[in-house]
Amino acid sequence: MILRLAARSLIARALTVGMTVLAIALSVALFLGVEKVRSGAKTSFANTISGTDLIVGARSGSVQLLLYSVFRIGNATNNVTWESYLEFASLPQIDWIVPISLGDSHRQFRVMGTSTAFFEHYKYRQDRSLALEAGVVMDDLFDAVIGYDVAKTLNYSVGDPIVVAHGIASFREHDEQPFRVSGIIAKTGTPVDRTVIVSMEAIEAIHVDWRGGSKIPGQTTFIETIRQMDLTPSAVTAALVGVSSPLQTFAVQRAINEYPEEPLLAILPGVALQELWGIVGVAEKALLAVSVMVVVTAMIGMMATLFSSLNERRREMAILRAMGASPLTILGLLVLEAMLTAAAGAVLGLGLVYAGLFIAQPAIDGAYGLFLPIDPPALRELFVMLAVIAAGAIVSLIPALRAYRLSLADGMTVRT
Amino acid sequence: MSGLPIIGLNGVEFTWPGRASFALSVPEFSVEQGETVLLLGASGSGKSTLLSLICGTILPNRGRVSVDGADLAGLSWRDRDRLRAEQIGVIFQQFNLLPFGSVSDNIILPLRFAPKRRARCPDPHTKAVELCTQLGLPDGITKCTAGKLSVGQQQRVAVARALIGQPPILIADEPTSSLDETAQAHFLDLMFDQVAVQGSTLLLVSHDPRLGARFDRVVRMSDIASVGARAT
Repeated sequence: MILRLAARSLIARALTVGMTVLAIALSVALFLGVEKVRSGAKTSFANTISGTDLIVGARSGSVQLLLYSVFRIGNATNNVTWESYLEFASLPQIDWIVPISLGDSHRQFRVMGTSTAFFEHYKYRQDRSLALEAGVVMDDLFDAVIGYDVAKTLNYSVGDPIVVAHGIASFREHDEQPFRVSGIIAKTGTPVDRTVIVSMEAIEAIHVDWRGGSKIPGQTTFIETIRQMDLTPSAVTAALVGVSSPLQTFAVQRAINEYPEEPLLAILPGVALQELWGIVGVAEKALLAVSVMVVVTAMIGMMATLFSSLNERRREMAILRAMGASPLTILGLLVLEAMLTAAAGAVLGLGLVYAGLFIAQPAIDGAYGLFLPIDPPALRELFVMLAVIAAGAIVSLIPALRAYRLSLADGMTVRT
Repeated sequence: MSGLPIIGLNGVEFTWPGRASFALSVPEFSVEQGETVLLLGASGSGKSTLLSLICGTILPNRGRVSVDGADLAGLSWRDRDRLRAEQIGVIFQQFNLLPFGSVSDNIILPLRFAPKRRARCPDPHTKAVELCTQLGLPDGITKCTAGKLSVGQQQRVAVARALIGQPPILIADEPTSSLDETAQAHFLDLMFDQVAVQGSTLLLVSHDPRLGARFDRVVRMSDIASVGARAT
């Protein structure tokens, strides 16, 4: 009955209580939203690559190598020569190796040169392999396999022609050597969705008439002539490596890092990812602190509302006291009301997060390649909601104690 | 009347905290079991303070207040609240219902804090309907929100709330002040009928001496209490 009275008392003050609930809901939505994006980003990054033991590139930072080779974020400062690539590829401990060549683009999407081994060995979300939604893997020199988002955004289908631009965000195009879409990869929720994949030889082919990043003036080699040329790559941007035994991973890493002919870097993807989280950890904590402060502000707002309503509710408390309610019951009633308010705010906040996810998920995925899964509330989220309700109870103790004192002092007569 | 005092005040002195200008002194006052007493007094004469002292929601600085033989100061807060819930039905001057609660919620509210009163009322909701009918309230009113009732209806619901579970003592603080003469008479008829049926003790506070004829005894506040500044 006390619970029903508390609920009815709240409903009777629907406007002020509603505003408080909304403030709490927005703060909880912000907090949980930040958490969702944070954990979604981590999961999304962690799910992007699996089954790859080492990533090899020109010597730079391990995070930088991870970002440009796997996530297509940033650029390589240098390439690895094809000779070096062949040499470490021949190490006996290496089970498989996939070359990657980056640098060109199509519209806003990166173009990646690789071998067909990429489709065999690249794994994501534990052990999933790439699957084609339509068409086939590159069959011809100028075939391109495009990611799901590329096809969806640009409305491409198998057989459509595409022209690759030189570099990133460049106006110069390799329009003499157009590609044909041979296949579309099914949605992966990884950067592959936003990648145009061509063969390593194709990357060489479109740069036949280019030297030092510029097109040689007046030179245009016909496609048929190019097809006859030796298109062995001169360099790779990076390579994904699988070793035959996990025990050999460190030995291979050391061998590559100490390669005398060229400064190379071999990284373990998981370790580099941890390093990345270490770097973004400060910003993450700052963001978390801001969202916690927003929740605290909403709680203080609720406390202020409770304080301001105390005077107009003194008669209500006097009635309850006259009926036999103890001052502790009065205190409990106010705490209960605050908990109900906080619970309503927390539930509404969670609802807002899910509504936001449903609405914004495709946009975030498309714009940032961040696939935020819509899963049922995790234990952590339920804990956050419980913490908000508990915080509501705690902050309400201050006005509730005042109500307790007022009800003791007033007796059955409200004196203002 | 049994001749035994159910309410007793002896050498009581009380000052509201922070209000040294108001000091209530009640040398001796008692009400017998089953007696109906009208306590007359002007505004500021300390009537409501006296009722709060009898109900045990405030304690005297000096002296003894007893209800049904129990010295209120000797009880813990919990026991005092329990005693009030079990023994006393209270009717306020006005605004005496929780406006957001239903009529039924308001009537059965005291039972929530009084297990013995609750035991005397095995089906509170049916009893609430029964009391409403006896008090001339329309059918189905128990489901209405109390805040939406007329003043007269609110007063009757307040009487029903005070009577439910048959408390031995009824205390009413100017319950007729907001009613016209006809409604006053009708209201008092209803209350006295119920008091007679239940055999309760009634202490009614008012500033209207015309009500006196209905009561066993009329007591003026000025005869039993004095109000003045606290001696320092």
